[in-house]
Amino acid sequence: MNAPLSTSHDGAPETAITPVPADQVKVDIQDLNFYYGAKHALHGVSVGFARNAVTALIGPSGCGKSTLLRTLNRMYALYPGQKASGKILLDGEDILGSALDLPTLRSRVGMVFQKPTPFPMSIYDNVAFGMRLYEKLSKAETDARVEEALRRAALWDEVKDKLKESGLGLSGGQQQRLCVARAIAIKPEVLLLDEPASALDPISTARLEETIALLKTDYTIVIVTHNLGQAARCSDYTGLMYLGNLVEFGPTEQMFTNPVTQRARDYVTGRFG
Amino acid sequence: MKSARATQRQIANGLFSAGCYLVTFIALAFLAAILWSLLTQGLGGLDMAVFTQDTPAPGSEGGLRNAILGSLMMCVMGMLGALIIGVLAGTWLAEYAGDSKYGAVVRFLNDVLLSAPSILIGLFIYGILVAPFGGFSGYAGAAALALLAAPVITRATEDVLLLQPGALRESAVALGTPLWRTILSVLWRSAGGGILTGALLAFARITGETAPLLFTALNNQFFSLDMGKPTASLPAVIYQYALSAYDDWRRLAWAGALLIAITVLAVTIIARFVAREPRRS
Repeated sequence: MNAPLSTSHDGAPETAITPVPADQVKVDIQDLNFYYGAKHALHGVSVGFARNAVTALIGPSGCGKSTLLRTLNRMYALYPGQKASGKILLDGEDILGSALDLPTLRSRVGMVFQKPTPFPMSIYDNVAFGMRLYEKLSKAETDARVEEALRRAALWDEVKDKLKESGLGLSGGQQQRLCVARAIAIKPEVLLLDEPASALDPISTARLEETIALLKTDYTIVIVTHNLGQAARCSDYTGLMYLGNLVEFGPTEQMFTNPVTQRARDYVTGRFG
Repeated sequence: MKSARATQRQIANGLFSAGCYLVTFIALAFLAAILWSLLTQGLGGLDMAVFTQDTPAPGSEGGLRNAILGSLMMCVMGMLGALIIGVLAGTWLAEYAGDSKYGAVVRFLNDVLLSAPSILIGLFIYGILVAPFGGFSGYAGAAALALLAAPVITRATEDVLLLQPGALRESAVALGTPLWRTILSVLWRSAGGGILTGALLAFARITGETAPLLFTALNNQFFSLDMGKPTASLPAVIYQYALSAYDDWRRLAWAGALLIAITVLAVTIIARFVAREPRRS
């Protein structure tokens, strides 16, 4: 089988989007275009992400997965020259609108990055850092929230006796779960995970995936991953991106057992990417 | 069996490391010689009188109390001013200026100031603080020292902040942290060790500076806590005494030089100890 990848032989469509039922949509992306200066990186992406579910974004390097993720909390606004057009509705409110307060948006849409980035402070202070920005909490309330976040991130048992020690002293896998705890401690509505396990060993990865499974009851989670097994294991919906386009989107089971487009068939069977 | 190329490689490696060792040894030998002469000549003059008595007239008993105190006051005040200006300016250059024209101009001027001869700095302060206000003063001396230290700290602060990983900045911002809070609570802490190193370099530089003090603080034979008056300093006293014809003056000059060296060393060691970064166990 050496069929050219770009043509849709045997009648398979070029793109196939199976939308999430409208009443379950938490984040609704409409005709999103993104530019790094003159470079057009996302071409009219339209898709909805379901609440209390995990959506995985897969695709080869440079296809725009992380770019799409970084529009959802407007992380790109840190960098002059990067801009987005279109609409991203979070519970119906357009977050690309100019009137929006960015810190408030980011307290609603949390993010965990590829490399663990603990702050240079104690484990306790790392987790409490975000909460203290937005809430006035008593010592007891803060303690409780820190413990809850660390438990949900499956880190509590490993650090409960050394909360005052520096977060930099933890192992890589522990640091990443600390970053998850820090992100969920402020109780965001949406949690963005940008290849969160790519720097972790298999055991730490498995623990992180368990954490993700526990979190989806309360959060809308979007995860970018290069690991197809990870997408299949932890997500409810999967989107395949290629060259800045969303090629196929639908329930994860469908994507991995019965993909519609030729590109998705090739990608999930490992024939390109 | 060793091949000819392996032997060749070993010889090249041996020559290169021998060269490195030799050059390091030469540099350290000079440093050791300086420290040795400082210790042998300075230790003899270092007694309690140095700390309890003021600079004497030739031939009479005396110490360096007024000079030590004057140096301390001017250096502390100068460093405080330089830290405020330097850390804030460096932070602005790294976090706010970006690639703007204004930023580029400030960065360039700071580099010029960094290599400006210290005697020019002294003359400048003389022109704006001494001549118009009718007199030499410790404040003018502190201002000259601050002006010398600030560019060093500015440069160091900008450099270490730019070295902080972008992901650290982004993860603070991703929590909804405003930029000023990100800088204060995350970036400054993370960059603290590097900023401290820059501050120490600046401190080491100004403790030994004589030229900028000659036109500003001048000198003072007597004990004085009033920085509005001419103020004594160790470098100025060393300059005056080391060139004199009197043995006891020269002995005091050596003791003063040793004191400066010890102070810089002690401050460096203490600061390194305080700013130790936590390492993974």
